[in-house]
Amino acid sequence: MLTDITLGQYFAGESFLHKLDPRVKIISAVVLLVFIFLASNAFSVLFLICITGALIAFSRIPFSTFLQSIKMLSFILIISFLFIAFGYSEEYTHKLFEVNVFDLFTLRVFAESIEKAVVMNIRIISLILITSLVLTYTTSPIELTDGIERVLTPLNKLFGLPVHDFAMIMSIALRFIPTLLEETDKIMSAQSARGADFKNGSIMQRVKALLPVFIPLLISSFRRAIELATAMECRCYHGGDGRTKMKRLKLVKRDYCFCVFVGVVAVAIVALNMLPDLTQLIYR
Amino acid sequence: MDNNTIISFKDVYFAYEDSEDGKGVLNGVSFDIERGSFVAVLGHNGCGKSTIAKLMNMLLSPKSGKIYVDGMDITNEDMTDEEFYEFRRRIGMVFQNPDNQIVTSVVEEDIAFGPENIGVDPDEIRKRVDSAMELMGLRQFAKANPTKLSGGQKQRVAIAGVIAMMPECIIFDESTAMLDPDGRREVMEIINKLKNEKKITVILITHNMDEAAMADRVIVVNGGRIVLDGTPKQVFASVEKLRATGLDVPQPTELLYSLNNSGFSFPEGITSIDECADEIYKYYCDKVLNKNGK
Repeated sequence: MLTDITLGQYFAGESFLHKLDPRVKIISAVVLLVFIFLASNAFSVLFLICITGALIAFSRIPFSTFLQSIKMLSFILIISFLFIAFGYSEEYTHKLFEVNVFDLFTLRVFAESIEKAVVMNIRIISLILITSLVLTYTTSPIELTDGIERVLTPLNKLFGLPVHDFAMIMSIALRFIPTLLEETDKIMSAQSARGADFKNGSIMQRVKALLPVFIPLLISSFRRAIELATAMECRCYHGGDGRTKMKRLKLVKRDYCFCVFVGVVAVAIVALNMLPDLTQLIYR
Repeated sequence: MDNNTIISFKDVYFAYEDSEDGKGVLNGVSFDIERGSFVAVLGHNGCGKSTIAKLMNMLLSPKSGKIYVDGMDITNEDMTDEEFYEFRRRIGMVFQNPDNQIVTSVVEEDIAFGPENIGVDPDEIRKRVDSAMELMGLRQFAKANPTKLSGGQKQRVAIAGVIAMMPECIIFDESTAMLDPDGRREVMEIINKLKNEKKITVILITHNMDEAAMADRVIVVNGGRIVLDGTPKQVFASVEKLRATGLDVPQPTELLYSLNNSGFSFPEGITSIDECADEIYKYYCDKVLNKNGK
């Protein structure tokens, strides 16, 4: 039931992407994010499609997962396509057709705007797919928190940001999600046994029925928090100062290879951006 | 105080600041705990037994009186941070609810949590975590998520986390109260193992008579005072006094006590079923069989 919910969409596996150092993955994801946004013409987005395809093949995650995420994006994709396709700029010269809406205004569609819309859609898709491929799909939540902490440590040294505390909060939250789900399930069963009805009635009634679930849950979370804090204190926890880590992260060959790969992608996108637009080539 | 004493309470008073009636939780408690022993602290709810545990671990500090660990006064307020964490490391603590003392979502990472906090070298932590998992029989769960384990297994993870700190003494604060019978047995076996193999001092805070009967020494607390202190045999011999504090006695003790009340003369303070059976068998042989001339 409730306890079956998996969060963070992590697919356990042993692929090249899974084995990468989390620090490398986080930094690469940020770099790729920036350069995907820079991809501005048909050639560079074509290249993006190839890169996304290659990473999907590398990850060995079922292809249907990716179709699923594209499906979830469809609304955003359609909206952005329409807005850009019907958008108008002085620079557009190759009108394809126009639509007259109730004699009020005319929507013109240009070859250039269609190209821009397609480029934007591919950009959004590869942005989502690549970042989830590199981060959430192939990195366990605990590795991810660990990686974030290590990547951000310089910020702590420079600006005194509480990086360790932030990572600790994340990891405790991850630890307690299944525990609290289990508890919610128990409370709901207890309330159902006393006649509470969570499935029928209007939305207001159902929300009201949930209230007696959330209040005990909230109270017990506070009790858990106090007990956990005491237990942590007993184990000499006193923040990130002077703390060591059992797991040592060491960059190996595959991490360097991936960094080079990210560099090549970045340079390639910049280079391909210098090529002229597809419409210009066609209508020349 | 000789070197053989690990923890020593000297006339300790304690009261929570927000207590309404102004009555103290502990009203003058003194005792010494011998290194390597297994001591049970017994009492019903609210008698102050958990407070004693929290004082030992410096989670609370007493209103008056002194507490010594390894001869060092831990109520001293001028203690440096290093000394503070060093003494806290020496006295480990395992709590009641295993769910609320596990910090991370990987078993081995949780065991490493304590040593990481006190800045142990990564290779050394690895060694300690491996040997703690070995001792607790957690090898096959090293990478597992603690939420998927049973209650007894979770409690074993919590104990392994304490052992990795290399403590001299471990306090079990009602650690079996939330477990099923199998889980309880698991934890009691571990306690014996720690005491016999690791020479770790064990303090078991409980209201379960059968568990207390397994200790070398039982301290009974009531109303913030020590009412009985001695071997399980001595303590459970005082059935009347135990009942006055709202505690029961183990079932074998209870049985022999009732028999004695109806005119028999069995020895007092027997706590185990086997011993009880032996006594009854002996009596039967002596009195019943001999009388019939066999």
